[in-house]
Amino acid sequence: MIAMMASAAPTTLVHLSAVDLVIIAFYFALVLGIGFYLKRFAKTGEDFFLAGREMTAWVAGLAFVSANLGSLELLGWAGNAYQYGIMAAHWYWIGAIPAMVFLGIVMMPFYYISKTHSVPGYLKLRYGTEASALSAVTFAFMTILMSGVNMYAMAVVMEVVLGWNLHFSIIVSSLTVGVYVAAGGLFSAIFNEVLQFFLIWFGALLIPILGLVETGGWSGMVARIHERFPGQDFTHMWGPMSSASNNPMGVHWIAIVFGLAAVQSMGYWTTDFLVVQRVLSARDVRSAKLAPIIGSFFKMAVPLIVILPGLLGRAVLPFHLVPGNVAQPGQFKYDDVLPLMLARYCGPGLLGLGITALVAGFMAGMAGNVSAFATVWTYDIYRPYMRKDAPDAHYVSMGRWCTMIGLFVSIGTAYLVQYNKSMMDYVQALFGFFIAPLFGTVVLGMLWKRVSRMAGFWGLLAGVVTSVTVFLLMKFDPSWVKVFALSPLAQPLAQAMWQALWACVTCVVVTVLVTLVTKPKPDEELRGLVYALTEVPREVHTNWLHRPAVWGVAALVILVVLQIIFR
Amino acid sequence: MSEKHHIIPVWFFVGVLLLVYGFLIFASGLAEWSYPPETVHLANLHAPVWWGALLFVLGLIYCIKFSPKRKV
Repeated sequence: MIAMMASAAPTTLVHLSAVDLVIIAFYFALVLGIGFYLKRFAKTGEDFFLAGREMTAWVAGLAFVSANLGSLELLGWAGNAYQYGIMAAHWYWIGAIPAMVFLGIVMMPFYYISKTHSVPGYLKLRYGTEASALSAVTFAFMTILMSGVNMYAMAVVMEVVLGWNLHFSIIVSSLTVGVYVAAGGLFSAIFNEVLQFFLIWFGALLIPILGLVETGGWSGMVARIHERFPGQDFTHMWGPMSSASNNPMGVHWIAIVFGLAAVQSMGYWTTDFLVVQRVLSARDVRSAKLAPIIGSFFKMAVPLIVILPGLLGRAVLPFHLVPGNVAQPGQFKYDDVLPLMLARYCGPGLLGLGITALVAGFMAGMAGNVSAFATVWTYDIYRPYMRKDAPDAHYVSMGRWCTMIGLFVSIGTAYLVQYNKSMMDYVQALFGFFIAPLFGTVVLGMLWKRVSRMAGFWGLLAGVVTSVTVFLLMKFDPSWVKVFALSPLAQPLAQAMWQALWACVTCVVVTVLVTLVTKPKPDEELRGLVYALTEVPREVHTNWLHRPAVWGVAALVILVVLQIIFR
Repeated sequence: MSEKHHIIPVWFFVGVLLLVYGFLIFASGLAEWSYPPETVHLANLHAPVWWGALLFVLGLIYCIKFSPKRKV
């Protein structure tokens, strides 16, 4: 097996010792053991698809934030921090924290009280089958494609970093994920996400600690960056954004505030079922409200292990990293910065821990995708359109089968991507097409009872069409970048923010216009689904320390302080 | 964590993971104490020893506090 693992790349970023391999092997044995242990508890549909709705706020909160702490994110954002500097932290702070608090305080009560199994399930209750079917089919399709893309990306990283054979990485990781998710359902996925959370923190935290020791602290690091890259600002978040031409991302602060914070991140954190599913597993409404807020505090700390290593790479690495599309043999890419920093400070044992954290991150990402896919397929496509009145055990069995089938489709997608690399960009862009308009549809439906059945559907469809159109125009004719992103210098990250903003605005405008000319749903059909007709439990008799709103405000205050410190 | 199912808390598994990893990393740090790897920066700080010890202690605390045999 070791020979098969090492049969590929002759030069690798790191070399593992025996103790590192023992650490990796122990992780695989533990997650499989946990999966088999949890199988006995995943008997009913609620157990398998929603972990019995009995997770504490802490477990649901850690799983919620871990579902977004996959290895692709870690490697990619550390690379972005090297490329763009501390501006990349916007995606962890203003581009996440307000949305997480909004989910906890405003949206979670409706998701939870409606007893929905999924986001498309909420749309079905609120609007009807049209909007729900559009959302469910696109989510299931994209999730499985995304899982394949992640699988392929993981295999490539393992090949480059460790020299592991591509097929070995794909087959071993997907079979392991398939076995433990099919066994324990969302129980297994959540347990693995909590393990991954600890692994990633303990595996990566040494990099910033030792990096700051080497550079002589934050000010020493900043001084080294200025010395090595004179005239470029990598250590301020807001200063370089007064104009798109002042920063390497080509982004204006308006795009960060209105595109990233108000639309893109709201869409992702409040309507992407992959993350929302973790919170739906909470044991009561208060836990469901607290979970995303607990997650927000950890999310705020993630730049310590992702953004800081990227900045330290600028300060200490003796060579310059280059964009992935121009890297020549022997040159390192931006996305290699995290493994390079890991290899710089970590010897045998610690290296194994860091690599296990990356492997765990990849596998947890896959598990998240397939568990969300299994739920949406079974409850939002199979049950309403194929077999309505089967016993609960039948749907659990369907969930187990489609976990495995979903993984095989993902493997197929991974190999398809291998032979058609540009497909990867399109699949990753796909998610952006639906998330922003979906946020408009869901939040309008929750807050305004007048929104009609067909307004939800047409608004969502119009938003998606706008998103696809804006994306294609900017991709194939760069002259449109200036029109939609208000600057010809806008880089893909900035373009995506504007694309989300236009899609959401279109969705909201169309939804409002169609609502005004169509008949609203009767009040009795909307109880427990919209703000005006739902009795949300208040925590008036709860100790103030246990109130979600108190912690939500605390998270927002810390966010503001961080913005001021790193402005 | 689970009232309906009496599942072993996930924190216990976290403890097992940290305990085993802490021991392995601590031991490998001690083994290379006199001859730290030349390619690793700041190897003179012996990070595996104190980081491994930290993981081991945290793992031990989690294992004891969330042991399935412990009565709440």
